[in-house]
Amino acid sequence: MVTLVLPRLLDTAGTTRRSASMVERNVAALKSVYWLLLISGFVEPVLYLLSIGFGVGRLIDGIALPDGRVVEYAVFVAPAMLAASAMTGALAETTFNFFGKFKYQKLYDGIIATPVRPFEIALGELSWAMVRGSAYSAAFLAVMVTMGLTTGGRALLAFPAAVLTGFAFGSAGMALSTFMRSWQDFDLMASAQFTLFLFSGTFIPAEVYPAALRWLVEVTPLYRSVHLLRDVCVGGGGWWGLADVLYLLALTALGLTVASRRMVGLLYR
Amino acid sequence: MSKCLVVVGGHRYGRPVTSAAPLIRARGLVKRFGDFTAVDGIDVEVRPGEAFGFLGPNGAGKSSTMRMIGCISPPSGGELRILGMDPVRDGPAIRARLGVCPQLDNLDPELTVQENLTTYARYFGVPRSTARRRAAELLDFVQLTERADSRVEPLSGGMKRRLTIARALVNEPEIVLLDEPTTGLDPQARHLVWERLFRLKQQGVTLVLTTHYMDEAEQLCDRLVVMDGGRIVAEGSPRALIEQHSTREVLELRFAAESQEAFAGKLDGLGERVEVLPDRVLLYVTDGDAALAQVEARGLTPAAVLVRRSSLEDVFLHLTGRTLVD
Repeated sequence: MVTLVLPRLLDTAGTTRRSASMVERNVAALKSVYWLLLISGFVEPVLYLLSIGFGVGRLIDGIALPDGRVVEYAVFVAPAMLAASAMTGALAETTFNFFGKFKYQKLYDGIIATPVRPFEIALGELSWAMVRGSAYSAAFLAVMVTMGLTTGGRALLAFPAAVLTGFAFGSAGMALSTFMRSWQDFDLMASAQFTLFLFSGTFIPAEVYPAALRWLVEVTPLYRSVHLLRDVCVGGGGWWGLADVLYLLALTALGLTVASRRMVGLLYR
Repeated sequence: MSKCLVVVGGHRYGRPVTSAAPLIRARGLVKRFGDFTAVDGIDVEVRPGEAFGFLGPNGAGKSSTMRMIGCISPPSGGELRILGMDPVRDGPAIRARLGVCPQLDNLDPELTVQENLTTYARYFGVPRSTARRRAAELLDFVQLTERADSRVEPLSGGMKRRLTIARALVNEPEIVLLDEPTTGLDPQARHLVWERLFRLKQQGVTLVLTTHYMDEAEQLCDRLVVMDGGRIVAEGSPRALIEQHSTREVLELRFAAESQEAFAGKLDGLGERVEVLPDRVLLYVTDGDAALAQVEARGLTPAAVLVRRSSLEDVFLHLTGRTLVD
């Protein structure tokens, strides 16, 4: 344990550089086909916003926030789509792509022969996922400001919150991916992800669920992210936002720890 | 024009190969996977500038040993020091000074040939401009300059192997670990790889390689150990091993009849050892021609005869047996 953790703490400069070299590798691997994938990740939440936020919003007079204010449905839905897009962007990179590099390309088997350690691979891959996730978040926030769904000032605050969301989902996804045996396992993950997307206070306030179910929903990471981003973009959540931030930070740390431990076990055979 | 000689580790010119402290030192080294013991207490010392070989059939524990030396597999027991350091505690510091060419190529399929080298150099913290310069030099060294912008996937097996060797050199390593560097290559590709490895050795780089090709071991290794079932069964220079475990010459006799067995009985007393194979009889002798004269004097008339010098292969098969391992 000590031998695992101590050098990691002492050698932050080395860790930063080695993780950065992992990001550099991904930049070098970025080819034209990839751009199409990147664009699809941005377009998806915008379509949801247009179809459900504005489309369904037409049928609804407005929706009450916990603090009693009534806002347009699109205003209610937009921060949730921001959270969902941060989740999707991060997960795409740290689940599918990570698993492919790990199990099929055997990319990390080559990298561990260098001074780069599994923890640094994990951190580098997560950082790269966040470059992608942050781009989605920034673009979506720009759309929200343009459509008058939030203000410029709030959007500036929402950006780091969205990045944090990405970090939390990215590291949790990476940890889960180390347990995956084949591509089939990802179907389960996609189902779980879609369930989260539908029921995490995204389209319907969690307050409408029965108590037990509501409790279940409120401990899910996407609910906490939606809650945080809605707070920042629209307001009205009070100090609970701080709890959300702590929750997401803890999830990030847990995911990274599990992922790098698992990688040590799988790679250093 | 000796353009390639400066490619790797120019600073190592003229470093004397002396009996300096060993670069790699293993004592009672063990690797277990569950109940299976892959490496069963081996002692090894590799000295600076030497080319050291691990010879053995599949499953002998060569690759497990190499992975432990490469600091990507923690030993299950015994003692291992590499460059004076502990592989478990100082893994990154040791790996920074090693070059590794694994048994299976794990090149980056999403990058070009050149990017494979520059990106790999960055993992070692080599500055970008240096990485680019070294990549160009190394591509020249392994004769892949023309393929610099190609993807990895369309390369032939020999090209991939050469690229993997080049990749193992981007950090100007002091020790290069090569796990079966020429397995699966055609003769031309093998000779090219050997020639490049020989040049590295001339430059003072310490080579540690595994192989089950005897000619490879004879060509490249100053010293080698023969492994079988996780243990070291013999150790020495190729020549010393042949002298110690075989005779000077081998007389191969092929008899026309179905069974070679029948004739073998009539060869008693000739040479140090008689080995009967399904298709021929091997006589291990000091003087092949003299032995042949004696065979003929006994009235035996083999259909085909071959007198040859004893090789490492004879030693290897003698020590590890002829039974198929995998």
